[in-house]
Amino acid sequence: MATELPRKQVAVVGVGWSGGIIASELAKAGIECIGLERGSERKINDFIMQKDELRYAVRYELMQDLSKETLSFRNDRDMRALPMRQMGSFLLGTDLGGAGIHWNGQCPRFFPYDFEIRSQTIDRYGEDRIPEDMNLQDWGISYDEIEEHFSHFDDTIGTSGEDNEMTAERSSDFPTPPMKKTPSIRLFHEAAENLGLHPYMSASANLSEAYTNPDGKTINQCMYCSFCERFGCDYQAKSDPLITVIPTAVETGNFEIRTHANVRSVSYDGERTDGVYFVDTRTGEEFFQPADLVILTTYVMNNTRLLLQSGIGEPFDPDTNTGVIGKNYCYQIMASAQGFFDQQFNLYAGAGALGGQVDDYNADNFDHSDLDFLHGGTIQLTQTGIRPISTNPVPPGTPNWGSEFKQASAHHFYRTLSLGSQGASLPYRYNYLDLDPTYTDALGDPLLRMTYNFTEQDRNLAAHQTARLEEIMQEMGANEVASNPDIGDYNIMPYQTTHNTGGVIMGAEPETSAVNNYLQMWDCENLFVVGASAFPHNSGYNPTPTVGALSYRAAEGILQYLDNPGPLV
Amino acid sequence: MAEEQNNDTKADGVTRRDFLKNSGLVVGGVVGGGLLGGLITNTFMDDGQSVSPTANNSDEPQDAEQLTKARMFFKRAEDFRVLSAAVERIFPEDDIGPGAISLAIPYFIDKQLAGEYGFNSREYMEGPFFEGAPTQGPQTGMRRREVFLYGVSKLQEIAQSEHDESFFDLEGEAQDEILGAFEQGEVDMTGVTSDAFFAMLRSSTLEGAYSDPVYGGNLNMDGWRMKQYPGGQMAFFDVIESEEFVEMEPVSLHAHHT
Ligand SMILES: Cc1cc2nc3c(=O)[nH]c(=O)nc-3n(C[C@H](O)[C@H](O)[C@H](O)COP(=O)(O)OP(=O)(O)OC[C@H]3O[C@@H](n4cnc5c(N)ncnc54)[C@H](O)[C@@H]3O)c2cc1C
Ligand code: SF4
Repeated sequence: MATELPRKQVAVVGVGWSGGIIASELAKAGIECIGLERGSERKINDFIMQKDELRYAVRYELMQDLSKETLSFRNDRDMRALPMRQMGSFLLGTDLGGAGIHWNGQCPRFFPYDFEIRSQTIDRYGEDRIPEDMNLQDWGISYDEIEEHFSHFDDTIGTSGEDNEMTAERSSDFPTPPMKKTPSIRLFHEAAENLGLHPYMSASANLSEAYTNPDGKTINQCMYCSFCERFGCDYQAKSDPLITVIPTAVETGNFEIRTHANVRSVSYDGERTDGVYFVDTRTGEEFFQPADLVILTTYVMNNTRLLLQSGIGEPFDPDTNTGVIGKNYCYQIMASAQGFFDQQFNLYAGAGALGGQVDDYNADNFDHSDLDFLHGGTIQLTQTGIRPISTNPVPPGTPNWGSEFKQASAHHFYRTLSLGSQGASLPYRYNYLDLDPTYTDALGDPLLRMTYNFTEQDRNLAAHQTARLEEIMQEMGANEVASNPDIGDYNIMPYQTTHNTGGVIMGAEPETSAVNNYLQMWDCENLFVVGASAFPHNSGYNPTPTVGALSYRAAEGILQYLDNPGPLV
Repeated sequence: MAEEQNNDTKADGVTRRDFLKNSGLVVGGVVGGGLLGGLITNTFMDDGQSVSPTANNSDEPQDAEQLTKARMFFKRAEDFRVLSAAVERIFPEDDIGPGAISLAIPYFIDKQLAGEYGFNSREYMEGPFFEGAPTQGPQTGMRRREVFLYGVSKLQEIAQSEHDESFFDLEGEAQDEILGAFEQGEVDMTGVTSDAFFAMLRSSTLEGAYSDPVYGGNLNMDGWRMKQYPGGQMAFFDVIESEEFVEMEPVSLHAHHT
């Protein structure tokens, strides 16, 4: 029997960016919340003098312990799903602050086009352009309606950046100016300009100067120390939940955090929830946390899994293309080109979101009439700071080991620049999430099962972007350019990006979406499911500002609901 | 700003070129005992000068470092010799600097196998086990410590059967041929493929060359020096915009934590 705890107004499950934002807004408004986080507590001094590539970047110190919980994966339904035994393609966060601690901090806003992708595609190119098995959907909200929440997120984290004619329009200036421009970024910008493109400095949560946000939280100036992606910041110069929204919530006295609380299910009587069941991971003891409202902010994987496990919402069935939970799992279509130069660049220096960027080939910024794909991808030259275990660039044809490899990888270490495209990932009926019939986590609950492969759309998009990257790299003056336009089948091992989306998608109708545009469940009005799980597709960009904007939107909805319960839409 | 940074570095007397010019030839007995005889040449050449990687470096106390060179995982000296010979082929001593043995990479791997990495302790190791498609990642139920022991004995077994000699006594070319067969997945193994073992051998070798010296490899940060990598510097604020390449003496966790 689970021990019943004192009732709270709101239980927030998972305390990363999404949970932290919700908690801060509710706690400030005087609402009593509890945050249930499966991982342990974290403090900012956990990140001091931790410049250790092996421990953090290679062995994933800050990420999810897969021996306790993972997911299973197959490319298609003819394949037997097998567990993801080691981390690779994406790096799931855990502990207080979630993945927001070890993110890079690249902060683009999705395009107006993204929110109305189906309507706009039909308007411009006709309905025939949408492939039959592509469940392309509008989001049930427009960019204009959500813009204030994007600004709210930017103001909270102090985003450094500059305007550009290719990006979404903003109602207010960037809180801080763009980051410093390195020689490699200058070279990229010049080449892009020569090609008639519109380069700009990437929007960054590594701050160009110290900034104090409206909640009174200060984020320091970035030192370009290069231990950013996969690390916590030494200087509190990378905006993360632990230096912004979490203390903001805690300091009100209305937000209690309980760590080591692994939530297994959400209580549900067919209409409403009354709280959540969790296990204290230190003792195995089971608890019931009663709450008037439950907010799931456990990231894409567990938001989906907890609903399936709790029997809330209709599971998606690819055979009939009906149901909603697990639907429209999307990812990111990556392309890259490496250029080999004579010059040595100071590439050991950098920051997670330091980069130059162009969006001429993103969204519907270019004409798709004669193209064999929709949407596009952002193109970036980032200088995140290379590290020696993970970065060993050699020109094509070089052996993979031995003296020749050793010498070439040392020679090219600072003489190789990479261009990357983060391409949009559009939904496909047979890419979805459900529960695994065989494998379980350490508590005996079924793992989430991911069925996912790249589609024709994805392959064509990647080939197109690769060709653009090659053009730019040639223009930058590389001696040799290496790239691979064929992305093949999706492979769960090589790191691509931790931009997983979908599974609990938002929309205008309960038949085709799981949550409304406040991220309130259609099938359970006092349950909100927040995060990138709500994206009906993924844009050609990093997701977190859009996650942040949706979290602020959800917080607004939750406050309305507390005043006046009922469906918000 | 970049100039200043450069001068600061020089003021400490530690640009690599100056460092090498000033230190002269010292032969350090870095590799333990007679076991790896003939490999005590842990010196590297630059501008005709040769220097011990241990010379002149206050960051690494030499005695303590010697004491950590012992086996925590491999019980049989023979296995460790095979491992050492194999990783030296993957990352050989050459014109640009020290190889795997001089960098203490075999000891690094031994230490890693003794702990979390060897036990796959933060990975999902529950059955049932099936082979899986190449896109599904590693699926073996064997832990790395088992895979390494098995792989190393397999290297030795093939050397014996094909050449009637121990792997570590073979010429480099013959060793490469055997390693190449592993890399291609041509060697018959049970429970794990030979290419998967080779991939682990290769990646752990690079980890040993370039991880912080606290783990026992990258001896004296000479792996980093070879790559001109400055280690875990606190800040690059003054370098970030520089058009000039700025080289600096590396810094390790030892300097930060003591
Ligand atoms: C290496 C890396 C680099 C990245 N770089 C960028 C970038 O540059 N730009 C960008 O936009 N995005 C980036 N991201 C993605 C970004 O980190 C995520 O979008 C963001 O952090 C998601 O926040 P979240 O709160 O929704 O989820 P998370 O941060 O994953 O938080 C979820 C929390 O829920 C907890 N939890 C999960 N299950 C349970 C359960 N059952 N019970 C209790 N608690 C649970 C987890 O422990 C975790 O703390 C990056 C990610 C990684 C890993
Ligand atoms: S690069 Fe900047 S933001 Fe990133 S960890 Fe270093 S100081 Fe912090």
